[in-house]
Amino acid sequence: MNVSWHIRGGRIIDPANGIDRVADLLVVDGRIAGPAQAVPPGVVEIDARGLWVVPGLTDMHVHLREPGEEYKEDILSGTRAAAAGGFTGVACMPNTRPVNDSATVTAMIVARAAAASARVYPVGAISLGSEGTHLAEFGEMRDAGIVAVSDDGRPVRDSQLMRRALEYASDFGLPIISHSEEAALSTGVMHEGPVATRLGLKGIPAAAEAIMVYREIALAELTGARVHIAHVSTAMAVDLIRTAKSRGVPVTAESAPHYFTLIDEAVSGYDTATKMNPPLRSAADREAIRQALADGTLDAVATDHAPHSILEKEVEFDLAANGIIGLETALPLTLALVRDHVIDERRLVELLAVNPAAILGLAAGTLSPGAAADITLIDPERRFVYTADQIVSKSRNTPFLDWTLQGRAVLTMVGGAIRHTLLAA
Amino acid sequence: MATGTTFAHRHILGMEQLSREDIVHILATADSFKEISTRSIKKVPTLRGHTIINLFFEPSTRTRLSFEVAAKRMSADTFNISPSTSSTTKGETLADTARNISAMHPDIIIIRHSCSGAPLFLTRYVQAAVINAGDGAHEHPSQGLLDLMTVKEHRATLSGLKIAIVGDIAHSRVARSDIIGFTRMGSEVYIYGPATLIPKGIDQLGARLCASLEEAVRDADVVMTLRIQRERQNDPLLPSLREYSRQFGISRHILSLARPDALVMHPGPVNRGVELPPEVVDGPQSVILDQVTNGVAVRMALLYLVMGNS
Repeated sequence: MNVSWHIRGGRIIDPANGIDRVADLLVVDGRIAGPAQAVPPGVVEIDARGLWVVPGLTDMHVHLREPGEEYKEDILSGTRAAAAGGFTGVACMPNTRPVNDSATVTAMIVARAAAASARVYPVGAISLGSEGTHLAEFGEMRDAGIVAVSDDGRPVRDSQLMRRALEYASDFGLPIISHSEEAALSTGVMHEGPVATRLGLKGIPAAAEAIMVYREIALAELTGARVHIAHVSTAMAVDLIRTAKSRGVPVTAESAPHYFTLIDEAVSGYDTATKMNPPLRSAADREAIRQALADGTLDAVATDHAPHSILEKEVEFDLAANGIIGLETALPLTLALVRDHVIDERRLVELLAVNPAAILGLAAGTLSPGAAADITLIDPERRFVYTADQIVSKSRNTPFLDWTLQGRAVLTMVGGAIRHTLLAA
Repeated sequence: MATGTTFAHRHILGMEQLSREDIVHILATADSFKEISTRSIKKVPTLRGHTIINLFFEPSTRTRLSFEVAAKRMSADTFNISPSTSSTTKGETLADTARNISAMHPDIIIIRHSCSGAPLFLTRYVQAAVINAGDGAHEHPSQGLLDLMTVKEHRATLSGLKIAIVGDIAHSRVARSDIIGFTRMGSEVYIYGPATLIPKGIDQLGARLCASLEEAVRDADVVMTLRIQRERQNDPLLPSLREYSRQFGISRHILSLARPDALVMHPGPVNRGVELPPEVVDGPQSVILDQVTNGVAVRMALLYLVMGNS
C-alpha cells in the first residue's frame, strides 16, 4: 500500500505548530516530512486546493460494541464509519460484553484493531464488570494498551471507589473519564422540563449531571489526579467546570454534537433516535455548551457514538435503548459552529484533533515533521444529504437522518494509508 | 352529523391535536348519541360489520368497559386483548403485535398503554384508525372530552369558567388532556397539588399554578380531583395518604370556598377519604357518575367520527 503523498495547495491548519496557511504537505513512508525534505521521485500528488488539511481527528468517546454486540457494530465497521467521518483514531468505551475490565479483553480489542480503518484506543473499566465495587487492574490493562479508564454508561455511585480510582489511575498516567450522573435522580427518559411534561415522559433533571460533576471536581481537587468529564450536556455542569478550571483543578471535559445542535423539543414525535443519556437539554443549555466550546471550558468534541439496532430502537420511547451514532455527522455539525461564528477553524481542529489526543496522551493531533501521517482533508463547502443508504456504521440510529449537512471529510489518511476518500483518483 | 363541519382526524391521539371546532363537533355528536343509551333497545346499526379491537396493555375497568359498551351500542364487533392474554408476555414487541393485528383488518384499534407515545407509535404499523384510551402520563383524550361534555351540560358556556384541578398532576394523563381541552374552550384552569406531584413547566400547557388549595378552589366552577398514589417505583412522593387527605383533600369546608353551584368531578377510581371525603363524593355537587354516563356517549361519537373519516 502506498504511504507516500504530496498533498498540494491545501489550507494547512495545525494549531499544535501555530500554522494556518496554504502550503504543500509531504508524506514519506507514512510520516510527515520536514520542510527541508526533497520530494522523492514518483510520489503521488493529491490536489488539495480548496480543502483544509488538518491533523487526523480523534473521537475520544465511541462504543464499538465488540466484543459481544457485533450485530450493532464491530471494530471494523465502527472504524470504517470513523474514517468516513474524518476520524483517524477512536477511543472505545469498555461497556462491551464482556466488559473491558482485564488485559485479556484489551488485548483482544487491540488484536482485532490491527485490521481496522482507524486507530483504536481502548478505554478500560474503572471497576470489575463496571459494577462499581472492585477496582479493575489498571496497570495490566495499561500494559495491554488502554489509554484511560471509565465506567461509562454505569456511573460510579460510590465516592470512595471513585476517589481510589483517581488516585490509582494517576500511578499509571491514565485519566479517569467520568460519566457524571447521580443515578437516583436519573430514572427518566428525557430532559426534565416543559417538553417532558407535555409529552408525559419522565424527566432527568440537569441537577443529576451537575451533582456528579461537582463530586468529580471535588475529588480531583482532593487527589490532584486528572478527571475528564464525558458528554457534558448542561449549563450547570459547564459553570462548575469553568470555575474549577479557573482555580487550577485538573479537569477536562467534552460535549457531543447533538448537545450543541439539538434540544429537548426534538423528542416531540417520540422518535427513539432522539433518546440518549444524558438527554437533549434546553435551549439555554445548548447555548451554554456552544459558549463553553468557544471559551475553552469544554476541551473536546466527542460523539458518544452508540450504535443500536432496530431491536433496541423500534419500540416504545420508554423502552428504547439510549444512544445515537455520531461518527459520520460530527464534523459537519461542528463545522456549523464555525459558520455560525461560535468558533473559528483553529478551535475546531483543537476540539476534534489536538485536545482529545492531548487528554488521552496520544502521539497524535499534530502535523509536526516526523509524526505519523494521520491526516484529514476537509471540504468545508461540500454539501450532502445524510441518507440511510449511505450510512457506513452498521446501525442507523441517528436523529440527523436525511439532514442536509455542509462540510465533509473528503480524505482520511492513517499512517499514510488512505482509509477513506471521496476525491477523484 | 350534528354540525355541518367535517371531521378531519383519522386517529384520536390527544386533545393537543383537536381544534376548538373539532371539540365542538365531537361534543355535539356525543350529545346526539346520548339518548341511545336511554332507550329500551340500546343499539343502532351505525357500525355494523366494523371490527374494533380493545388493545389494553394496562389494567382498566371503566375505560375499557365504556369503549366496549359504546362499540356494541353501535353494533360493531369488539374484541379485547389485555396483557395477560396477549403475546407481549412472550416477548413480542408492540410493532409486531401491531403488524399482526393489522393483518386481521380491524377498523379501529383502541389502545391503553403505560408508555407515553405508544398510540402514535401504533399508527405507524396499522391501517386501522387508532384511538388513545390513555398513554402513560401523556393524554387521555376521551376522558378530557367527557369532562368537557359533563361541564357543558351544567353551564351555558365553557368560556370564562374557573376549573380547579387538584392532586397528582405529574403522573396524570387526565390532567394534561383536561388542561388542554378546557383551555382551548376558553376556560381558565387552576392547578394545585403537593410540589412532589407538580411537573416542571405545567404552566406552559396553559394552566395557572396556585400557591394554595384555597387559591385554586376559591370561586371555582369546577373542582376536579385526581387519584393519588403514595409512592411510585421507589419514588417517595408523599409521607402518607392520611396527611394528603388533611392537607390536600377537598373537604366540605374547602369546597365551600368554590361557587355554591360548583361541580365536583373525578376521573375515577376515587380513593374515598383521600382525594375526597365520602360526603363530597356522594354529595349534591358531585357529577362523577354523570362523567361515566357521558363517557359512553363521547366514545360512541369518537368511533362514529373516525369511521366516517376512513
